[in-house]
Amino acid sequence: MKLVIIGNGMAPGRMLEHLLESAPGRYNVTIFNAEPRVNYDRIMLSPVLSGEKNYEQIIIHGDGWYIKNGITLYKGHRIVAIDREAKTVTSDHGVVEPYDKLVIATGSVPFILPVPGNTLAGVLSYRDLDDVNAMLLAAQSRAKAVVIGGGLLGLEAAAGLEAQGMDVTVLHLMPTLMERQLDPAAGYLLQRAIEDRGIKVICKANTKAIVGDKKVEGVELADGRIIPATLVVMAAGIKPNAGLAKDAGLATNRGIVVDGGMQTSDPDIYALGECAEVGGHVYGLVAPLYEMARVAAAHLADEASAAAFVHSDTPTKLKVTGIELFSLGDFADGEDRHEIVLRDASAGIYKRVVLKDNRIIGTVLYGETADGAWFNDLKKKQVDITDMRDTLIFGQAYQGGAPLDPMAAVAALPDDAEICGCNGVCKGKIVGAIQAKSLTSLDDVRAHTKASASCGSCTGLVEQLMSVTLGDAYNPAAVQPMCGCTTLGHDDVRRLIKAKGLKNIYAVMQELEWTTSCGCAKCRPALNYYLVCDWPGEYADDYQSRFINERVHANIQKNGTYSVVPRMWGGVTSAKELRAIADVVDKFNIPTVKVTGGQRIDMLGIRKEDLPAVWADLGKAGFVSGHAYAKGLRTVKTCVGTDWCRFGTQDSTGLGIRIEKFMWGSWTPAKVKMAVSGCPRNCAEATCKDVGVICVDSGYEIHFAGAAGLDIKGTEVLGLVKTEDEALEVIVALVQMYREQARYLERIYKWAKRVTIDEVRHQILDDLEKRNGYYERFVYSQKFAQVDPWSERVSGLHKHEFKPMATIGMADAAE
Amino acid sequence: MSWVSIGSITDIPRRGARCVETPIGKIAVFRTAEDRVFAIEDHCPHKGGPLSQGIVHGTAVTCPLHNWVISLETGKALGADEGSVRTIPIKVEAGMLFIGLVVTADRAA
Repeated sequence: MKLVIIGNGMAPGRMLEHLLESAPGRYNVTIFNAEPRVNYDRIMLSPVLSGEKNYEQIIIHGDGWYIKNGITLYKGHRIVAIDREAKTVTSDHGVVEPYDKLVIATGSVPFILPVPGNTLAGVLSYRDLDDVNAMLLAAQSRAKAVVIGGGLLGLEAAAGLEAQGMDVTVLHLMPTLMERQLDPAAGYLLQRAIEDRGIKVICKANTKAIVGDKKVEGVELADGRIIPATLVVMAAGIKPNAGLAKDAGLATNRGIVVDGGMQTSDPDIYALGECAEVGGHVYGLVAPLYEMARVAAAHLADEASAAAFVHSDTPTKLKVTGIELFSLGDFADGEDRHEIVLRDASAGIYKRVVLKDNRIIGTVLYGETADGAWFNDLKKKQVDITDMRDTLIFGQAYQGGAPLDPMAAVAALPDDAEICGCNGVCKGKIVGAIQAKSLTSLDDVRAHTKASASCGSCTGLVEQLMSVTLGDAYNPAAVQPMCGCTTLGHDDVRRLIKAKGLKNIYAVMQELEWTTSCGCAKCRPALNYYLVCDWPGEYADDYQSRFINERVHANIQKNGTYSVVPRMWGGVTSAKELRAIADVVDKFNIPTVKVTGGQRIDMLGIRKEDLPAVWADLGKAGFVSGHAYAKGLRTVKTCVGTDWCRFGTQDSTGLGIRIEKFMWGSWTPAKVKMAVSGCPRNCAEATCKDVGVICVDSGYEIHFAGAAGLDIKGTEVLGLVKTEDEALEVIVALVQMYREQARYLERIYKWAKRVTIDEVRHQILDDLEKRNGYYERFVYSQKFAQVDPWSERVSGLHKHEFKPMATIGMADAAE
Repeated sequence: MSWVSIGSITDIPRRGARCVETPIGKIAVFRTAEDRVFAIEDHCPHKGGPLSQGIVHGTAVTCPLHNWVISLETGKALGADEGSVRTIPIKVEAGMLFIGLVVTADRAA
């Protein structure tokens, strides 16, 4: 018997596979393919467009397959007529082929908007490899593209074009993307993710015309806006390609009408794929099309048990790398429906399951879709979920009596299982490091193995591994929340401030879901610092979120008085300065004067009300604030260097003063103390400072991450630089890196341990571009930071701080 | 008890405090983010720290000396700490603040 197939897409391809298996030799098969090629996987066109795959990789049936199975394939032959009387088909090249059974699989045609200009050169659809090749060609211009349609196909096209370097805008008629598969919440998350890759999205965009003279120049919207473009991709939907069948007198509606056995109104003609309409439905996703193929093959093989096609919902997945999206069934609200929703704003996860009569009828998963198959299964089997309703949304791992032990899965992994994809770290390496080096914290594991040190998405796995390895010795709550107002740790908060562009404390608390109305004494100063550091020149310092010392620019003492330390650059002073200090001490009856460890003079026991007057007198002698109270640059201690010392190798005093003058006023996560020694005898004790310099004959050895407080720790050597200019640049870049990365109140040595000395060295010494970036950002922020707070207050700033609101005498109180 | 005017609510920054000198000692007057006002003794129950210098959050203040958190509503230390300071009656009328002071007649005379 002779079987002729019109169309060579995935559905007839799959049908032939079934047929060759169940009834080999029964038919003599001829295929007419309008496309000049074999059967390939159209679902993978998007990866071809984005460059992740090429055509050869998506071929399903190569030429050899047709030869081996004795199938005649006419490539590039479009069938133009079916003669049902004579039982023949005719191709546009004049081939007339008789059939006993005919299968129509003409697929679908793209819906082209009926707007002016829709035939201009540069207007494409997105259906087959020719379209993809045309888009790839157009993308070489790196110019602007507009994709009309924010559905599955449109978004995949947009992502692919963007990956090819085009500037892409997606126009979507509806208010949210993929509204047929996603509810508005998931649509919003999707839009954000699409926009994050640099693709512009305009919703409620009603295309009025495509403008241009011969070639596309832009798309005009109903509101008058014109979006410039040299390429326009129509992805506004598809319609079944039923014209040929209609002309042949077969019953058609939206598609070619077939019964449950894929038979058309002519018993010798079958139809399947996107051109077929079964029970009022037409389909565009591969799963039901494959089901049609199975049914049609069974009928063609005359199998007694041939089942009828049954409608089922098919899950939708978006094939854009990095975006996880799953949608299934019906998810509209309704009175007889219940929904279970899980949101995790920081992780960008949204899950919604819609229930009716305790059975799943729809599911939308965004951000984490691993359980999609499981939900699909529950829906298909109409499982009553009453017993697992409380844990359903968490997924399969949390079902079945007691919550499944997540540890067990990790413990069962083989040693060579990769845990951290970014850094290629396997389980064995992590466990080995934990045991060999007695690591107990996540930070330590990161420092030693790099696992979870890049994107952080495997952090949970690493923590589970630590639990498995260390048992009770490990407390998995490794991420310490900033304070009781949030569950987020400092690192997450810093990251989110940047990522979400949060520029004031209220925005941070709102967006990051703070649990208190206005924070607490722990988080407010930290947030204020992060904002000051991240948005110099834009963020207005929140005075009420500063600790009292930074509000009044002096150090509060146990009895409520204050101490005042003026800056002595590099520890160098003069008779004039000392005289001014002596006069101030006498005038204000200052009880204690003491030399500090940072080479300057501290005046203790000053009443708050006197502070502005004290500063005024000190200011007249040229003193500015020493910031002895600040989470900022404190002192740069120096020795006398080549000026006086017979061993001095460089001008250590000069360098110290230069550093201090460059960096004073900058706010840092915790205090920063520095020192410069003129020779390796190290009289300025530079090797226990946050940043230290040891001058040597050949240049300047830069040290950092020392401590001489709660912890005692010698510095690490960052490296040797040759000139004073370079020394300054390296130190500034190092401090800026610390400013941008450290947690509030975390000294340099703790931060450096966390990010590793090597990483700091790499970014500051090896990567000149990075170093320069840090340097430039520091210099920029200093424009706003180098203002002497004392003279500001002498001029009247915040004067309410320094005097009582009212003084009530005995007479006032008694009326 | 007599109500004594101490100034305008706008004399105090939001999430801030000022102090008032009185015959019974320093009183700290607070204004919250929501413009509620409170008055308590300016003397932490722990080591006497000046509460008016602390960071104001919600309806509490954190002492600048050792981070005790004191409720402005009750004067009691919050969290694990125990102790309390006296609260002083305060009212707002047309934006003006008044605190209620009790001074014995013989001392006033």
